[in-house]
Amino acid sequence: MSHPILPPKAPLLTRKGWGAFFAALIAVCALAPVLNLWVPEGSALHLSDYGVALVGKIMCYAIVALAMDLIWGYTGILSLGHGVFFALGGYVMGMYLMRQIGRDGNYKSDLPDFMVFLDWKTLPWHWALSDSFIATLVLVVAVPGVVAFVFGYFAFRSRIKGVYFSIITQAMTFAAMLLFFRNETGFGGNNGFTDFKRILGLPIATQGMRMTLFALTGCTLLGFFLFARWLVASKFGRVLQAIRDAETRVMFCGYNPLPYKLTIWVISAVMCGVAGALYVPQVGIINPGEMSTAASIEMAVWTAVGGRATLVGPILGAFLVNGAKSWLTVAAPEFWLYFLGALFIAVTLFLPDGVVGLWRRLARRKPTPVAAPLRESVAREAGQARSAPAVPAAQVTEAAR
Amino acid sequence: MLRRSIQAARMAAVLAAVLLSGAAHALTSAEATAMATGDTDDRVAAINQAVLSADAKTMAFFQALAGDTVKTTASHVYLMKDDKGYDPVTGAELKVPADAEDVVNNNLLRSTLDTAMAALQLASPDDKVRADAVQVLLNEPDESRLPLVEKALAAEQVPAIKARLERVRAASMLDSADRAHRLEAAATLADSSSPEVKLLLNERLAKEEDAGVKAALLAAVHSIDGRLVWGDRINAIFSGISLGSVLLLAALGLAITYGLMGVINMAHGELMMIGAYATYVVQGLFQRYLPEAWFGGYLVAAIPVAFLASALVGAVIERGVIRFLYGRPLETLLATWGISLMLQQLVRTVFGAQNVGVENPSWMSGGFTMLGNVALPWNRICIIIFAALVLAAMAWLIGRTRLGLFVRGVTQNRPIASCMGVNTARVDTYAFALGSGIAGLAGCALSQIGNVGPDLGQGYIVDSFMVVVLGGVGQLAGTVYAAMGLGILNKFLEGWTGAVLAKIAVLVFIIVFIQKRPQGIFAVKGRSAEA
Repeated sequence: MSHPILPPKAPLLTRKGWGAFFAALIAVCALAPVLNLWVPEGSALHLSDYGVALVGKIMCYAIVALAMDLIWGYTGILSLGHGVFFALGGYVMGMYLMRQIGRDGNYKSDLPDFMVFLDWKTLPWHWALSDSFIATLVLVVAVPGVVAFVFGYFAFRSRIKGVYFSIITQAMTFAAMLLFFRNETGFGGNNGFTDFKRILGLPIATQGMRMTLFALTGCTLLGFFLFARWLVASKFGRVLQAIRDAETRVMFCGYNPLPYKLTIWVISAVMCGVAGALYVPQVGIINPGEMSTAASIEMAVWTAVGGRATLVGPILGAFLVNGAKSWLTVAAPEFWLYFLGALFIAVTLFLPDGVVGLWRRLARRKPTPVAAPLRESVAREAGQARSAPAVPAAQVTEAAR
Repeated sequence: MLRRSIQAARMAAVLAAVLLSGAAHALTSAEATAMATGDTDDRVAAINQAVLSADAKTMAFFQALAGDTVKTTASHVYLMKDDKGYDPVTGAELKVPADAEDVVNNNLLRSTLDTAMAALQLASPDDKVRADAVQVLLNEPDESRLPLVEKALAAEQVPAIKARLERVRAASMLDSADRAHRLEAAATLADSSSPEVKLLLNERLAKEEDAGVKAALLAAVHSIDGRLVWGDRINAIFSGISLGSVLLLAALGLAITYGLMGVINMAHGELMMIGAYATYVVQGLFQRYLPEAWFGGYLVAAIPVAFLASALVGAVIERGVIRFLYGRPLETLLATWGISLMLQQLVRTVFGAQNVGVENPSWMSGGFTMLGNVALPWNRICIIIFAALVLAAMAWLIGRTRLGLFVRGVTQNRPIASCMGVNTARVDTYAFALGSGIAGLAGCALSQIGNVGPDLGQGYIVDSFMVVVLGGVGQLAGTVYAAMGLGILNKFLEGWTGAVLAKIAVLVFIIVFIQKRPQGIFAVKGRSAEA
């Protein structure tokens, strides 16, 4: 048996890529804190607290978009349930933050205010671990992970795919939202959790704490980016893309798609959970609205706008869409839904590869318009050999859509 | 607005009736003071006392109390109207001192006031007002009102109201000190089959000490129970079928666009919303331009309008967007979601973000009651019939007409259909418009039983997809079974676990079911299964 000829492994990032990566790292960990904490308020360079909160929030969304990209862009499975995983991570963190309030709530009770309001005397069982920060960190990963594993195992085992999968994930989201809206479920009903006071015993509403969370989110995002980069370039990542492009053929080649799909599905869910856990202390509230079906579909559009099957794309998409959202919902609230709706239509009709795809098309067109398709086909022959990260975008086949 | 003025007119009629009946004596200022000041128990007693000798001024005073427009000082009671005070007895304008306090009513007082006003309304010439009043009184019987009830009973002509008044009379006697009265009450109430009466009997049973009366009460409760069980079952089945037919209407259009054409149309709910708003517009046109007697017919006119409006929007969506996305279901999903957002916002811009009022035509309001606790509203019955008609029409259209043949041909094998000379693109548009039009019909029906607002469609989109998926894509019969099955399952679970948990349980059931049978209840057999 001859060994299959695999193209040489591409470096994790190109030299330019590493440059950009470290620039982003410095911007998040050093530049932003300096501009926010030490540059005086009147200065043009000052980064306002509002800006910190906004960018911090969007970075959480960017993690979600990245997770969405792994499952949709690279594996071809459109999930309309990622809002659930995001909210689960957020709720786990929220429970810890609620316990940190201690007796400083309105009712001066050991229990969170909403429980006093419901006249509960003891903590329900699922709050048992909410006092410990370590346990919370474990649960932030474990809860979305386990839920995703169970749901994914049964769904993928029955070979539910394509639109069917999207629709049942949407049903899951809807059911979860209804469940969390109930007061009796023990998650604060439709008000959710809010009014947090402390994290790890330190006050949560200070500038320093906000900046710490901001930098932490930024580092997490960049870390997940590198991880995703490594993942999609690995053999595992290649199988994922093969499943996306022709699942039946992958099966004929002797692969069982189930473990591959399940693994990436769980990874994606865990990333969402982590993003949710970072989101809650920064935004200061979590409620079942995060689980609405609309919220989950919006996540898909961040990825689509940026460009599926690219890794920079989703991050860019999250920033573009949410930046536009926070600007438009203030400047012209009645136009936001028109804009968002038009964005959904325009991206699917005109920008199948998102902003990144558009950028590549423009960049490619300039030098030699004729050579472009040729080069693309060469790249396809070579099996995504050269500049591995850049090419797959062009290869999202019709089947994957 | 309209409702309020109707209510005002009814009140005026009641007042006139009370005046004509020549009540014993008028409201005195001592009574007014007793009703407005003091502790709750005394005020309740004062109000109950005043009912017995009420006149128009008493009624006005009750209304003012219920409407929180009464102020008091140590010596006087003031009826407030447009920032001016009036004497409740003489009606003369009074100067309200600055230290006058608002009269505050707690819930007990409010319910006492409601019953007191209902007791006065027993003399109303309007059958409906009297029927409503009887209902209120039945919930809060009190021995002190017995004379009033008996007087009304003697005057009552309508048999149905008379029968209920009998029950009110019996219920009022339940707490009587006289054992014979209590026994008589138990015997009368045993004939009832309403859950409220059962509650009253049980309340009395808990307090009753006399063994003989106790036995009579128990017998009455049992006899009511026997009737209630059947009523409950019929109610659950009926509301299940009713919910099922709503689901069916919502899903039928989707059975064409998704089931036959394979288009994931997330804007389906918004097409329903357009149908509902079309109904609203037709209603408005009828109100404004046609004589009032014709108003009941607006719904009939609204049906084709709703169909055409939604079909037109559907055709535009198909031509403008979906046509470019055939074969790319996930992207169709996202694009149609975008369309749904825009349609929602469009409706908000045009009609406002608030719900709009769509009234039932008079021939659809009300319902008929059987077995006491089974009330079947006409609008629900109409919707069940309507769903059946739409289903039949659709089955005929798809199965028996040339258009249906083309649609089936194109969906089964597009290239061959095209070779046979079928204009497949046009068939796609027609089929999509047909599915959208049926969504419009569903919206027209929904406007009769629920709120009409910009997010009307959102509530149904998940449900209708569930129905189609559960029934098996491309299977009309499956859609019907799935809709009815889910409707009835949902209603039975609801009685058992509450509405929200029932809904969650049904969703989980569907998710699990699809794991077991990914092709739905009725799987398409054959080689096309993978497609």
